Amino acid sequence: MGTLSKAARSMLLSELVTGMSVTLKAFFKPKATINYPYEKGVLSPRFRGEHALRRYPNGEERCIACKLCEATCPAEAITIEAEPRDDGSRRTTRYDIDMTKCIYCGLCEEACPVDAIVEGPNYEFATETREELMYNKDKLLANGDRWESVLARRLELDAPYR
Amino acid sequence: MVKVTVDGLPVEVPAGSSALQACEAAGKEIPRFCYHERLSVAGNCRMCLVEVSGGRKPVASCGFPIGEGMHIFTDTEVVRRARRAVMEFLLINHPLDCPICDQGGECDLQDQAFGYGADHSRYRENKRAVTDKYLGPLVKTVMTRCIQCTRCIRFSTEIAGVPELGGVSRGENLEITNYVEKALTSELSGNLIDICPVGALTSQPYAFTARSWELRRTDSIDVCDAVGTNIVMHARGAAVLRIVPRINDEVNEEWLSDKGRFVVDGFRRRRLDRPWGRVDGRLQPASWQDAFSTIATRLKNVPGERIGAIAGDMCDAESMMALKDLMETLGSSNIDCRQDGAKYDTSRRDFYTFNSGITGIEDADALLIVGTIPRQEAPVLNARIRKRFLAAGRGGFPIAMIGAPNADPTYAATVLGEGPDTLAKLAAGELPFADVLKNAKNPMVIVGHGALTRPDGQAIAKACWDLAVQVGAITAGWHGFNVLHTAASRVAGLDLGLVPGTGGRDVAGMLDGGVDVLWLLGADEFATDRIGPETFVIYQGHHGDAGAARADVILPGTLYAEKPGTYTNTEGRVQEAFRAIMPPGDAREDWRILRAFSEVAGRKLPYDTLEALRARMARANPVFGQPAWVRHGTTDTTAPQAGPVSVSSDPFRPVIADYYLTHAVCRASPTMETCSGIYVHPAIEAAE
Ligand code: SF4
Ligand code: SF4
Ligand code: FES
Repeated sequence: MGTLSKAARSMLLSELVTGMSVTLKAFFKPKATINYPYEKGVLSPRFRGEHALRRYPNGEERCIACKLCEATCPAEAITIEAEPRDDGSRRTTRYDIDMTKCIYCGLCEEACPVDAIVEGPNYEFATETREELMYNKDKLLANGDRWESVLARRLELDAPYR
Repeated sequence: MVKVTVDGLPVEVPAGSSALQACEAAGKEIPRFCYHERLSVAGNCRMCLVEVSGGRKPVASCGFPIGEGMHIFTDTEVVRRARRAVMEFLLINHPLDCPICDQGGECDLQDQAFGYGADHSRYRENKRAVTDKYLGPLVKTVMTRCIQCTRCIRFSTEIAGVPELGGVSRGENLEITNYVEKALTSELSGNLIDICPVGALTSQPYAFTARSWELRRTDSIDVCDAVGTNIVMHARGAAVLRIVPRINDEVNEEWLSDKGRFVVDGFRRRRLDRPWGRVDGRLQPASWQDAFSTIATRLKNVPGERIGAIAGDMCDAESMMALKDLMETLGSSNIDCRQDGAKYDTSRRDFYTFNSGITGIEDADALLIVGTIPRQEAPVLNARIRKRFLAAGRGGFPIAMIGAPNADPTYAATVLGEGPDTLAKLAAGELPFADVLKNAKNPMVIVGHGALTRPDGQAIAKACWDLAVQVGAITAGWHGFNVLHTAASRVAGLDLGLVPGTGGRDVAGMLDGGVDVLWLLGADEFATDRIGPETFVIYQGHHGDAGAARADVILPGTLYAEKPGTYTNTEGRVQEAFRAIMPPGDAREDWRILRAFSEVAGRKLPYDTLEALRARMARANPVFGQPAWVRHGTTDTTAPQAGPVSVSSDPFRPVIADYYLTHAVCRASPTMETCSGIYVHPAIEAAE
């Protein structure tokens, strides 16, 4: 390109006009951003958010303390202790997840033979202190109870692809 | 030797081997469930199929005898398909229990299904379900998981010698049962857990506690009896969760006694985890400095001969060495490691060890057992006697016992009598068994603590030695005089000279005010109530038991799991144990406590490291420097000293009243307590 045409283009502000035309086009297009937290984006059923421990419809905990999630967790975020319950069944006495260690890979959910530990759609669990992110069994079960309908639906939607 | 070819690889194996053994010799892995090296061949799982030259069908290699020039193929399409099919059949009735099964992660069925099975199941019918059986407080059953390999049946009949397990019905309906609902009466029942290839028999106390992949493994030595069973401690975090045997063909093969295995839940209970001192008659928590200075102050102006020390039955050689050195620097020769009051002539090592060796039992061809019940005092060693008994066939290994008329030793033994009189008769040739011993090539005499703990113990030991010499049991190539110990620390203690020096007092002499200051190193197994009221007692140990209850100062020591230590078993075999976990709280390694105290007392012991201490032990007795134990005969048949007390004619008494509660750790273990209730005191249990 010659010096002449370069000078001509800068004199006529053509670059500026091109840029502004993009801006103008975007101005009339629908908005790409949403008004979070009043609006929220759609989540895939595979979204991996906050963990929950689920129960069977009769209220029995699903988790059988097999420790596969603990073993598979690449971040070593899960700690489980187990012992026989009074009726002889195998149950956890402790199920902790350190949410600050967790990398939200979803391997725990994949390892679980009884769909007990799942990662739900909730990503709004920021806390003020670090300690609050050390989840224990009660917290995880409470999560499960709160989100059960969504969790069940989610698993159902994803089931054909598993 | 027979030459065969395995997958093109020529190997030589002893005649009479099976095809499976030949494959193993060639380094080929053959999957198997029912075959076990130490049990008879059952050939009922069919997992070990291989092809052999000239055969039209695959054969079960575990029971297939090899022939000269045979070709074995372990990796052909036929074999692979056969294994896959067998695996599919086995899994038909096996529940999908892996996630809740304690065997998961260390299960033969899992591993072999993964390695040799198909990738999915085609079975759509109902699975079989089997009711669980009650086998006692130690073995938990989930019989639906059983694959009917019958290893457990063979173990209990052959090794344990209690034919209490069997199968009823046949085919798919075969159930393993003990016929009547009753706990297994074996001291080796825990081995069923290891021997069952699946999760049908698992450990009751360990149920659901941990997964095999979480555990840290440390080699150690069992100190619940004097056999020196090699074990592995499985620990997670700060706790040992279970103990399993480690294979050592010279000592325990691959068995472990129930006490050694299940005592583990006593490790964390009733622990002494900080020093205590008695203030105004009550024990108060103290600091190490306070405890040490209290002792140092009390020791001031006490002459050496008024200080005494007793070492317990579970001590490691290191701490006993340090204790002995400390007592020497304090000018005391009142030291004893024989809480039970046993008497030995310690001038020669073969006067107090099991000289034939445990493997020697398999070479013996006649056995006399005097004043001991090996089944209770050393269950694993007893299994070796039974093994020899079975191998020799009917009448091939005559066994006679003196004492213990009502004990079931698990092999046929003639009870000759109950007391030393019988021994004299035997020596005089009045009993037919005298000829049996005389005609045997390798006769063995085992003398136990039922005899040695009597006042006339030494005289009986001499009588046994004389008898052994008389029947030709002590020759250049064979040493048939054996002392069966019950305390794990005893032989090391005697080796290091933890016996009263000249003019020194023994345990009995230290009691009833015999000394002013008494140092107990893990010693609980003597009449603590006979310690004189004025005696100042220092208890150094790990559990709050009889000794600690009487103590004026308690120094928290360590368990065998918490320290590296050396132990010498009844044979005199020196073995090393490693530290599996750290001691709780303020507890410290025992030799370090003694070393630290020696400094406070101004009589510093000359070692700062374990290596230096071990070098000191090797100087005190060269056996500690040479790790390999070898069996040897002797031509020197000079008898041990008979001692001052002449033989009385009282019958021998058993030394163990309750197999499950013989030391402080098992007394702290709920599992052992349950066992004692069920096996030893069933009446009390029923009455409650
Ligand atoms: S999502 Fe991944 S990192 Fe987080 S707990 Fe589960 S397995 Fe561990
Ligand atoms: S219980 Fe275990 S050892 Fe006994 S037959 Fe069944 S699978 Fe074999
Ligand atoms: S191992 Fe050969 S049939 Fe079972």
